[in-house]
Amino acid sequence: MSGQSTHHGPGAAGHEAHMDPATAREAATLGIWTFLATEVLLFGGLFTSYIIYRIKYPQIFYEGHLKLDHVLGAINTVVLIGSSLTVALGIAAIRKGKVGLLRLYLFLTLLLAGTFLGIKYVEYTEKFSHGLYPDTDIFFSLYFMLTGLHGLHVLAGMVLLGGVLFLAGRGRYSESYHTPVEISGLYWHFVDLVWIYLFPLLYLLG
Amino acid sequence: MKEHDSGTRTYIVVWGALVMLTVVTVAVSYVHLGMMNVFVALLIASAKASLVALFFMHLRYENRLVWGFALAPLFFLVLIVVGTLSDTLFR
Amino acid sequence: MRETTWNGEKPQNGSASPRGYLESKGVWAWVYTLDHKRIGVMYMYTTLFFFLAGGVFALLIRIKLLFPGQHIFTNQTYNVLFTMHGALMIFLFVIPAIPSGLGNFFIPLHIGARDVAFPRINLMSYWVFVAGIVVILFSLVRPMDTGWTFYTPYSARTAADVTTLSFGIFLIGMSSILTGLNFLVTIHKLRAPGMTWHRMPLFIWSMYATSIIQVLATPVVGITFLLLAMERVLGVGFFDPAKGGDPILFQHFFWFYSHPVVYVMILPAMGIISEIVPAFSRKPIFGYKAIAYSSMAIAVFGFFVWGHHMFVTGMSGTAVILFSLLTYSVAIPTAIKVFNWIATMYRGSITFESPMLYALTFIFLFVIGGLTGMYLGALGADIHVHDTYFIVAHFHYTMVGGTVMGLLAGLHYWFPKMTGRMLSEKMGRPAWLLIFIGFNVTFFTQFILGFEGMPRRYAEYPAQYQALNILSTVGSWILATGILIMFANFVRGLFRGALAPPNPWKALSLEWETGSPPATENFEEIPTVTDWPYGYAGRQT
Repeated sequence: MSGQSTHHGPGAAGHEAHMDPATAREAATLGIWTFLATEVLLFGGLFTSYIIYRIKYPQIFYEGHLKLDHVLGAINTVVLIGSSLTVALGIAAIRKGKVGLLRLYLFLTLLLAGTFLGIKYVEYTEKFSHGLYPDTDIFFSLYFMLTGLHGLHVLAGMVLLGGVLFLAGRGRYSESYHTPVEISGLYWHFVDLVWIYLFPLLYLLG
Repeated sequence: MKEHDSGTRTYIVVWGALVMLTVVTVAVSYVHLGMMNVFVALLIASAKASLVALFFMHLRYENRLVWGFALAPLFFLVLIVVGTLSDTLFR
Repeated sequence: MRETTWNGEKPQNGSASPRGYLESKGVWAWVYTLDHKRIGVMYMYTTLFFFLAGGVFALLIRIKLLFPGQHIFTNQTYNVLFTMHGALMIFLFVIPAIPSGLGNFFIPLHIGARDVAFPRINLMSYWVFVAGIVVILFSLVRPMDTGWTFYTPYSARTAADVTTLSFGIFLIGMSSILTGLNFLVTIHKLRAPGMTWHRMPLFIWSMYATSIIQVLATPVVGITFLLLAMERVLGVGFFDPAKGGDPILFQHFFWFYSHPVVYVMILPAMGIISEIVPAFSRKPIFGYKAIAYSSMAIAVFGFFVWGHHMFVTGMSGTAVILFSLLTYSVAIPTAIKVFNWIATMYRGSITFESPMLYALTFIFLFVIGGLTGMYLGALGADIHVHDTYFIVAHFHYTMVGGTVMGLLAGLHYWFPKMTGRMLSEKMGRPAWLLIFIGFNVTFFTQFILGFEGMPRRYAEYPAQYQALNILSTVGSWILATGILIMFANFVRGLFRGALAPPNPWKALSLEWETGSPPATENFEEIPTVTDWPYGYAGRQT
């Protein structure tokens, strides 16, 4: 390739400093959406199984869904939606440089997430006490696999947001730099998205 | 991230809509519509998902590339469902 | 150590140190490195190690198959041997070698960047890869005997430690996803000023297409192995007929990943060929856009055809016809590439250094592999040769004759750039010849064996097949010898190769404008690009 004009490279020193802030933000956005795409396909295998077995065994699915506590499920849905709100409000806060408010909203998010997992714990123990386990039938295999995998993602999200909360307390984020907060928020909203589909498919449809 | 950002008010309105749609979907599940129950439930879920994606996840203000990354997996999800069903449905 | 120079020019690489990115020494300079070149080198060593390990298993298989009847190993041991050969080769070598090895090293260089978009995630992907390897090694306490495809119901019931292995493969898949994610964002966001999409090297187009597949297909195999582990541990019944499950569902999920993954294996190799053929023909690549877009088409179409691995499973009539028809679509973009490479060479000024020898071998062997794939796409033909040696020969022609030849072409082409030293053509050419002859003797005989009905994965066979089996085994010894000589050439090159100039092949992509080896920051100044990298104009330049 001929004709290269001189063009100073940004920061030859370290690998961290090789993107300007705007590019770094766009790269981070693309990166997290790519990761979420992988999550769609991960859960996608389970959703595919759901569709196939539901068509094959409508009776099992009907009877199975009646044994689920759809009140608890609905509460959990509202809890998770609320946690998406608190995350969004937290990000709105840090966009204006309000670190204290960010921390408050992150704390609320973690509280709500913990509530979600707490309710799931209640649900699971209730199922077990009624002799309903992952190997009971195909419906409960799907119920435990789907909500279990989702629950693991909630837990991971709590660790992620907990880390962000901690670093926010160390003054890491500001109006001009808060990319990790945005990215963690996107992950968290995705976890909410999956539940938005799980709830009707498992609890409401018979 | 961008100049266009949803404000606090928008987020709360969206949240309100999401809660309301949750109430609706639970209510509708009590009404027996046969096969339509599935369709309605998925429709409402997709409406909720769209609200979360467009507003909470900021898609409304993102460029075409990000939209591409966000929507592409859905195509492949449909693909795996349709391909597998082409077998299991017609045996 | 010989301090020879090349045509009197002094080797230089634009940095204070002649050792470039290799300057800092010590284990921690590698363990904690954020330099994509070092990460690429670590991946390269790891994957090549498993190439050799998988090769040892192959040699053992072929020794067993010299004699029908229970000699040398038990049948159970034989089942473990072919499972280990397949699993190691596919998951720990063929899939990651070019993308995570050469891709990591050269993608930033090709696009004029200092590194990938997420260097820390890059490092993490390597250590997750190593973690996966460790977990897989743990599973060897009760080694796999299921075949590398792990079909249910056997994989759910065998005493082998499929559960541990499943987690190992999950980790390997995670590594693959992180690499693909990194490359996608890197290619979108870090191209040098002036490098439009149509000025990128074709290796980058092929790596972009590969990354799309890695990101979208790998999660499906992740959930598949997770479900298999849950079936074993929790008694979940997705694939168990006794619980209402369907063992064929496992195959749908498994092949939804494993078919596209063969394009993860071949697309990077094709990208390498697209770099080498113009350089060694001193002619611009013919049909740049055709090659670029056909790479994308292969990535997408590759997702439509997985059912062709399942023609004899009892799938519905609708599905078998659908998948057979769709399988033909993916041949078209592949053929387009072959025509373009040949057209590039036509009236070119061709020389036959090792990179070009391997590139030409790729074209020849991959065409055979690909065409036999067409026979297999035809439903009526596949029914007769499914699970015979015809299939084994087909995928070895594509994966070894294709991907491995592409990898070797790339290694020979880029060895001077990565190490700062030249390989020996005196050792390289005989090695190539033995590899070429050995490969064809080993595997062409297997087309015949399969056509005559010998099933695969069988430890014993009727006496009528013995002659060809002996021939195939002798072929494997010739192939192994060639590979050993080639590795000896690599080792010799590392310690005693002539010092390499920045651009020994006079090629035009950006990596050749850095030193051999390149400095840690790649470029002193990020270049501004004004043209595509294929402006070759004959042998005078």
